Amino acid sequence: MPKRVETVVLHDSSTPVLGDIEKGGNVIITTVDTVLNQARANSLWPLTFGLACCAIEMMSTAGSRFDLARFGMEAFRASPRQADLMIIAGRLSKKMAPVLRQIYDQMPEPKWVISMGACASSGGVYNNYAIVQGADQVVPVDVYVPGCPPSPDALIYGIMKLQEKIKRGQSPKSLKDLRLVEMTPRHLDPVEG
Amino acid sequence: MEVLKDVVKPLIAGFGITRRRLAHKKVTFFYPEEKREQYPRTRWRHVLTRYESGLERCIGCSLCAGACPARCIYVLAGENTDQERFSPGERYAVRYEINMIRCIFCGYCQEACPTGAIVLRKDFELANYSREDFIYTKEMLLEPMPLDS
Repeated sequence: MPKRVETVVLHDSSTPVLGDIEKGGNVIITTVDTVLNQARANSLWPLTFGLACCAIEMMSTAGSRFDLARFGMEAFRASPRQADLMIIAGRLSKKMAPVLRQIYDQMPEPKWVISMGACASSGGVYNNYAIVQGADQVVPVDVYVPGCPPSPDALIYGIMKLQEKIKRGQSPKSLKDLRLVEMTPRHLDPVEG
Repeated sequence: MEVLKDVVKPLIAGFGITRRRLAHKKVTFFYPEEKREQYPRTRWRHVLTRYESGLERCIGCSLCAGACPARCIYVLAGENTDQERFSPGERYAVRYEINMIRCIFCGYCQEACPTGAIVLRKDFELANYSREDFIYTKEMLLEPMPLDS
């Protein structure tokens, strides 16, 4: 279905965006919000979305040595309906992009996305026709974790960064934040003088 | 009698395994509180080193950029003058930028460098919120000046 790929990749701001969690103005509501954010940050349920070799490190993170259960995240869900964090582990090919977007759309709000590894975050060494140059062209990414693959400690650091963001009450990135421009140092302007 | 053989015996055997595992050493290490000792050849964040005199080792030759399989290094070289001397040779790097999100930490830049300027150290805490934050400039990569110079 090539047409569908097009609608996924060429996203524009006219696409309707589902419910955005904004902070209420009421004192009581904001306090409840803080408690809610604490609860959300400490029991994120990740979705199993291992696409390539980074998935091995993701599994290792969930294993007993690094033990993701210490952060309340031991329940890796296979169904997007029961998950609120998507860890994109591995290179995202253009054929997989519509699947990734569909699964993201099926997750209940609020939802967060971690882009794990060089390939998922920017394409990495695969600067070619088959790989999406950054998963942030398809789904809004909250935290980028560099590395090839990132060691379990580096992934845990990324998860802690995300928990920090949730605890601060910042809303997750929405589909409005999708970016389609590739940023590389090659496009920077030269220094004058 | 049948129940005893089919249910109770396997149950006891199963819990026996659990009891034996309880005596084992705990393997979990508590990452944010205690940090694992990295292996000696671990490659993570890049550092641009200096000589003991405080001069930069980098001579702006762009060999690292040529060796990089992900093409994530950008070097712009400039001429040293006697008034403004950054490195001992003729040239130095005016700009040295690494796109950390595209880098695969293969260490080829370290191998290609003729002066040993760029090295990969063990700082792995690099995750961040936006893609712009991953363009590491020369100021971020350069080692601080040695104290005695």
